[in-house]
Amino acid sequence: MSTVQSPTTTTRSKSWTVKVRERGVEALPPDRLLPDGQPTYVASWIYVFGVASIASLIVIIGSGSILALKGPAWWHETGVGHFFNSIHMWSVELFFFAMVVHLWGKYWMAAWRGGRGRVWVTGAVTFLVAVPCALTGYVSQQNFDAQWISTQAKDAMNSVGVGAFFNLTNFGQMYSYHVLLLPIAVVALVSVHVLLVRRNGVVPPIELDKKLPTWAPGPGPDGSGQTSTGGRS
Amino acid sequence: MSLLGPKDDTQPWKGRYAPYDLVKELCIAVAVVTVLAVLLTVLLSSPDDRPSTIGQWSHELPGDFATTAAAELTETSGIAEYGPPYNHNSGAVQHFLFLHPQRWLGVSHPINTADDYVIKPLETIPNDAALRSALAEYKAAPEKQQKEWSAAYAKPLEEYGTAIEEKKTPPSTVSVDQSTGTVTVKVSGAGPVPTMMTSLESLAQSGGLEGGLVSSSQFFQTDYTKPLLFMADGGLLGERAEAQHLLGKQWGLMNETGSYPGQPWLWLYALWYQVEPMKSSPNADIQVLLIMGLLSFAFICIPFIPVINRIPRWIPVYRLIWREHYRASAGPPIRPRSSA
Repeated sequence: MSTVQSPTTTTRSKSWTVKVRERGVEALPPDRLLPDGQPTYVASWIYVFGVASIASLIVIIGSGSILALKGPAWWHETGVGHFFNSIHMWSVELFFFAMVVHLWGKYWMAAWRGGRGRVWVTGAVTFLVAVPCALTGYVSQQNFDAQWISTQAKDAMNSVGVGAFFNLTNFGQMYSYHVLLLPIAVVALVSVHVLLVRRNGVVPPIELDKKLPTWAPGPGPDGSGQTSTGGRS
Repeated sequence: MSLLGPKDDTQPWKGRYAPYDLVKELCIAVAVVTVLAVLLTVLLSSPDDRPSTIGQWSHELPGDFATTAAAELTETSGIAEYGPPYNHNSGAVQHFLFLHPQRWLGVSHPINTADDYVIKPLETIPNDAALRSALAEYKAAPEKQQKEWSAAYAKPLEEYGTAIEEKKTPPSTVSVDQSTGTVTVKVSGAGPVPTMMTSLESLAQSGGLEGGLVSSSQFFQTDYTKPLLFMADGGLLGERAEAQHLLGKQWGLMNETGSYPGQPWLWLYALWYQVEPMKSSPNADIQVLLIMGLLSFAFICIPFIPVINRIPRWIPVYRLIWREHYRASAGPPIRPRSSA
């Protein structure tokens, strides 16, 4: 008596959804995506600046969303609006500060080692995309700073032809770039960057194999001896 | 270790793990950044200096407004001679070797300064017979005649502007009453232009010129290119910027009004403008942007650039970062054996 394969089983292998799911889980199993342990060498204040960058970005998006809900003129007219605009501005300053320290830290760790080149590349591109994201915010302020920055910076944009589709003196265009196009790019890049970090793990110390004997797997965070979470397998 | 072909000897970690709560860490970080941002807000607030208006400009600097408007009519202003993306001239067109991207992208935001900044706004003024007559005379005249009238009117104003700039006695042909904001130009051979310019000044002082410059066939407007560039041709924005230390020779883009931080992350970009040959080059913008483009590409490619990607091994900052790890991995110190 022959067995008949169920239609569900035969179609499953051809399903795009299943393929994406299987590849996703294979690349980033849940315990690596959200680890509950990390290598013991991750013990320095420099590691704080990566998560501080993401935290600043969250505060930027939060405060920016409140400003967007009320419209671009609200913050000029009310104290509450000015308060949220100030939070937005200072969180941008904190974001860049944290990101610059994070990047310098990762440079001195040579954090691209062990097949982590793409992690560095996505981080560097994020910084570069964040710069015009901030610039479009400065020229969307609808105050004297916006007038001065837009009329001064236009020459640089025009000199390389960018001014044809990135007109700093066009408030509507700059506002669209600032609240939609460039934030989407920044968030997408940060997401890919974080997923790559989770996939590859935090880069081990330099010349680890020469300085240290090969470690036997030690006890995991729960003392179970499991060591797979957070590390690069 | 080779300089040009570094060997990546990084091994996957097979050592110990410490307990770690990623979600908790992120939540704490968000809370800390929020508190920091609120603290900075409460202590320092943020800048919001009111924008300048054309009405304010024509009231506060009537001579400068009249000089700029005359230059727009004669098409000798900065924007009139700029080139792409505003027109086909070449006053501000930059290039680097065979690269002419400003020309390649063409005129995407066309501005005819005489039409857009003078003629069209004047046509919106109702019930002014003298102005209508002057406009009709000007528009009916051949282009050569228009230029002669405009130039005759603009010349004493240019002399006035130069004299003010150099702190010399201004010419007697121009009188400016700062209290009323009126400018009188005594000139012959200017045809209908004095009448037109007097009306333009009145329109500006009434606040009507801003609306005239942003209006188009659409009801809703979000593009302030024309009024901003008109104001940038004049001196009010620069005067306010200098008082706030915002000029390139001052703090530039590192600063905002009120000495608030601006975009300090652009320090390297701003630095190149202070260095020769960019400092005195008419192509400074494209040169600086090409340098920054090259440096940005190198920044992205650091992991793959020989020497640059070895520096962290030669200057061992990493020993500081991972000092706890190296200390722990060295084990307990070996005590010298006692001879007793």
